Amino acid sequence: MISILRSIWFTFLHAFHKRETQGYPEKKPYLPPRYRGRIILSRDPDGKERCVACNLCAAACPVDCIALQAANDYNERRYPLFFRINFSRCIFCGFCEEACPTYAIQLIPDFEMGEYDRQNMVYEKENLLISGEGKYHGYNFYKVAGVDMGVKGIGKGENEEPPVDLKDLIH
Amino acid sequence: MKYVFIIAGVLLIPLTIAAGLIWVERRLLALFQDRYGPNRVGPFGLIQVLADVVKIFFKEDWIPPFADKAVFVMAPGILIATILLTFAVIPFTDNFLVLDSNIGILFFLGNSSLGVYSIVLGGWASNSKYSLLGSIRASAQMLTYEVFMGLSLVGVVMMADSFSLREIVEAQQGGWFFIPQFVAFLVFFIAGIAETHRTPFDIPEAEGELVAGYHSEYSGMKFGMFFVGEYLGVTLISSLIVTLFFGGWLGPAFLPPAFWFFLKTGFFICLFILIRASLPRPRYDQLMELGWKVLLPIVLLNILITGAILIYNSSL
Ligand code: SF4
Ligand code: SF4
Repeated sequence: MISILRSIWFTFLHAFHKRETQGYPEKKPYLPPRYRGRIILSRDPDGKERCVACNLCAAACPVDCIALQAANDYNERRYPLFFRINFSRCIFCGFCEEACPTYAIQLIPDFEMGEYDRQNMVYEKENLLISGEGKYHGYNFYKVAGVDMGVKGIGKGENEEPPVDLKDLIH
Repeated sequence: MKYVFIIAGVLLIPLTIAAGLIWVERRLLALFQDRYGPNRVGPFGLIQVLADVVKIFFKEDWIPPFADKAVFVMAPGILIATILLTFAVIPFTDNFLVLDSNIGILFFLGNSSLGVYSIVLGGWASNSKYSLLGSIRASAQMLTYEVFMGLSLVGVVMMADSFSLREIVEAQQGGWFFIPQFVAFLVFFIAGIAETHRTPFDIPEAEGELVAGYHSEYSGMKFGMFFVGEYLGVTLISSLIVTLFFGGWLGPAFLPPAFWFFLKTGFFICLFILIRASLPRPRYDQLMELGWKVLLPIVLLNILITGAILIYNSSL
C-alpha cells in the first residue's frame, strides 16, 4: 500500500523534472566526430583521389552495398572508374572505413539523407568524392607505399631503407 | 426551450471533454515520463485531437467475416449510450441538470451494469479467442467491483438521507463527505478505476497477453468509440466522485459554481492519468482477491460504523 502511494508520488515528481526529449529538427543534436553517418571519399593532401580501387571495402561490407571498378590512369596509378554506394542498404557499420588502407572512404557525422525516391539513395562517385582530406589530415598513401607513383621514389621514404639487391646476397 | 439547451449542453460537454482528454492524457503522460507528447499540430499540439479524429474516420471500417455483425456493430454504441445517459442525473450546478431524479445513484449503478453488456457482447460477437478472454475478464472484474461501488455509496446515501445526487450535494454544505466517508471514497475511487477498466485495472484489454482484449477485432471509428467510451467513463467517474464526496458545485463564492465543479472534476481526471502513469497491472487473481478479501469487508465495516454513528447522533 505504502509502496503504491510512494510510486504515485515519485511519478508525480517527474512532472517537475527536465524533459529528455531532443527537439530534433529544430535543435540539432551534438554528434561526435567519430559518428558513423554518410560516407564520403576523400583526397590526398595533393588533391589526388585517395582511393586505389583495391576493393577491400566492397569485400568487407557485410551487406554488399559498395560497387566499384578499378582503372589505371596515364601514370599507371589505380583509381575507381565508378564508385557506387547504395545507402538504402548500408547499415553504417563502418567496416569499409576500417578496411580501407588509404583512408579514402570515411564515415562522417551527417545522417540526414532522407529521399522520396529509393533510386536517389544510390550515390555515385561524384556524390561521394569531396575535395578535402576528411577526418585524416596529411596522410598520403603513396608516401608510405612500396611503389613509385610519382610521389616518392622506392626506398626514399621516411624510415625506409633503400632496396636490397637480392642477387648481391648470393655471393 | 431551456431544457433543450441543457440537454444539448449535457450531451456536448462530456463528449468535448472526452475528445479533449485524448490530448490531455497524452500530454500528461508525457509530462510524467519526462517527454513532451504531441506538440506539433497547432498551439501546444491542441489540434492533434482533430487530426486523430480525421485519421480514425478515414481508416477502413472492417467487420471480420466471422463476426456476428449486428451485435458487433451495436456493442460500442451501448457503451457510449449508457455512459451518456448517466450524465443526465449528474448535477453540474444546482439548476444545470437534465433530470433531478430521486433515484440518481441507482440510475448510475444500473447504467454502469448495462455498460458491461457492451464489452461482453463486443468480445462475444468478435468471435475470436482473445476478445472472448478479454470480455470474460471484464465481466468478472466489473461484476466484482460493482458490488463495492454500490456498497461504498451506502454510507453517503445514509448521511445525505437521499438517493438524489442534487440533494447529496446540498447535504454537503456543512462539510464535504470525503472526510467522514474517507474509506468509502477510497473504495469508490478504486472501483471507479476498475469500472472504467483503466490501468492498473485494465486486464480486460491487457495488450501484453490479449492483443487488445475485447476490442481486438475492432477498427476505425468503432474502435474509436470504445476509446471515447473509456474517456467518457473517466469523466463520469470523476464527476461522480466530485458530486458524492467533494461537494459538487459547492465552493467559495468568488467563482461561479459550474467552475468549481469542472475544476474538481479536472483534478480527478488528472489523478486518473497520474495513476495510469505510475502503477503496473496486477495479476488477475490478485485483482479478485483485493476486491473480495479486502475491499468488501472494508465497505461493510464502513456501512456498519456510519450507521451506528448516525443512530447514536439521532438518539441524542
Ligand atoms: S558502412 Fe558498412 S554497410 Fe555501409 S558501406 Fe561501409 S561496410 Fe558497407
Ligand atoms: S575506398 Fe579504400 S578500400 Fe575501398 S577500394 Fe578505395 S582504397 Fe580500397
